Amino acid sequence: MAPMKILVAAKRVVDYSVRVRLTPDRTGIASDGVKMSVNPFDEIALEEALRIRERGEATQVVVATVGPPEAESQIRSLLAMGADRGIHVETGRETAPLEVAHVLFRLVQEIGPGLVILGKQAIDDDCGQTGPMLAALWDRPQATYVSKLTLSEGRVQAVREVDHGLETVELVLPAVITTDLRLNTPRFIKMPDIMKARQKPLEKRPFDGFGLDLPRLTVEAYLPPPEREAGLRLESVAELVTRLHDRGVL
Amino acid sequence: MDATLVMAEAQEGTVPLAEATLKTLAVARKIGAGPLDIAWTGTSLDPLLGQARTLAGIRRHLVFDDPRLTHPTADVMAALVGDLVRDYSHVLMPGTSFGRDVLPRLAGRVGAPAVSDVLEVLDPRRFKRGLYAGNVHAVVRVPDGVPVLLTVRLASWRPVTAEKEAQPAGIEKREVPADLPTEARFVGLERDASARPDLQSARRVVSGGRSFGSRENFALLEGLADRLNAAIGASRAAVDAGYAPNDLQVGQTGKIIAPELYMAFGISGAIQHLTGIRDAGTIVAVNKDPEAPIFKVADFGLVGDLFEVIPALLAELERQGIAR
Repeated sequence: MAPMKILVAAKRVVDYSVRVRLTPDRTGIASDGVKMSVNPFDEIALEEALRIRERGEATQVVVATVGPPEAESQIRSLLAMGADRGIHVETGRETAPLEVAHVLFRLVQEIGPGLVILGKQAIDDDCGQTGPMLAALWDRPQATYVSKLTLSEGRVQAVREVDHGLETVELVLPAVITTDLRLNTPRFIKMPDIMKARQKPLEKRPFDGFGLDLPRLTVEAYLPPPEREAGLRLESVAELVTRLHDRGVL
Repeated sequence: MDATLVMAEAQEGTVPLAEATLKTLAVARKIGAGPLDIAWTGTSLDPLLGQARTLAGIRRHLVFDDPRLTHPTADVMAALVGDLVRDYSHVLMPGTSFGRDVLPRLAGRVGAPAVSDVLEVLDPRRFKRGLYAGNVHAVVRVPDGVPVLLTVRLASWRPVTAEKEAQPAGIEKREVPADLPTEARFVGLERDASARPDLQSARRVVSGGRSFGSRENFALLEGLADRLNAAIGASRAAVDAGYAPNDLQVGQTGKIIAPELYMAFGISGAIQHLTGIRDAGTIVAVNKDPEAPIFKVADFGLVGDLFEVIPALLAELERQGIAR
């Protein structure tokens, strides 16, 4: 088998432990002094790529991100985790999944990876679209919500966490994989690796250089979710069952 | 010209119709963009179509019935309907693992943005959806000139029901191309053996707090969970007390869930717990303490002892012949 490269895509997001708040004028999410991290599902994607490389089934792991200049901090930590090189596509504005998929598709055409692995969704916009969109542009098979991955002879077998259980699919490479929580537990970064990561190649490219002009959703408003209101106090179990049945939830 | 296509949840030819499909139809009706077609994909679909005919307001049932579509992968689905969707201003899929796999792939193919997990329809191009695990809502607008492609957040919608008076819509069998993609192959499906759904995706969750008093007592929830085909959850207090394992914890530091029905037994309702269930469809609270904060967010509250209420509930479900 020819030496295989893996492309991992990662996004800088508000850390999962942060309780997000709207800005006072409600035009966005308060970001001052908020801890930022690599999207946890993308960390899982990199961990899986590294394990594949460590088993000798891939030769190089490239990590790419589309994000603001500050996202260098996230891509450096992914290099410290073990990625061989990084590509940082810089932009000052929010990008949409379709745009990121197009950027990744260009990178795929340059790099020629056997696998692209990315998180099932980013924990900020919760879209879950970039992976399948990339697979569509690339016209390659996809497996989303993957909790187990096995490579053999130009194919990958993936176990997917679907609504009714675990589905196994087999894909001919190259293919796109999106990761679910149970795929692995990402390794911790060791201090010496942080130092070493500074020497690893990190290529920066302007997002505008990709010349994309794609239709985008506009966000007209950010709102706090509605407060729930107290409902009815019931007197009996029989009444409760009847009410729930009437609502169609039983 | 507006027209709407609902892509039905993939299911084998068995009845009843998947609730996910019926909820997606509810969203299509709310949008109300032109005539409404449904695309059915699968194999041996006749029994299903017999039921589908009783749905009101459908112009056509487009049927892709082929053994190769028993467990369709996303690339096959995209190849199958990739051209068809271009005839529509709106394409909707349920927010199931199937819809979330297929719809963004279609969007990538069509070159249009997609709206994931729609929880409210404001007008045919404006929708409300959740960000940050539902901690923020956003109103998004699909630009003019591209089709609206969306998935439906199932917990936010109620299924349409069949109407006896419905005019049967036309059924059109569609040709399934001979050259479907073969580079993704379905190998197998291992259905959840425990038969109890996963907490994160369960439609119903029964949850317990510290009032259970012991791990043995906490197991009382199991009978109810089995009866309702529900997942079991727990408050942090119950987890800390060792009544339930970590992965059942619901709340800010546990799982954030949005089941259609959440039943909290002996849970007082700390703010961290409520964050985890804010998007639940219907919340039921059972607590001895009439002042418990959980009652402030519960749709239905019952003041009582959970050790009496749970057995009574099981008996009443049995008596009314509900669930299972």
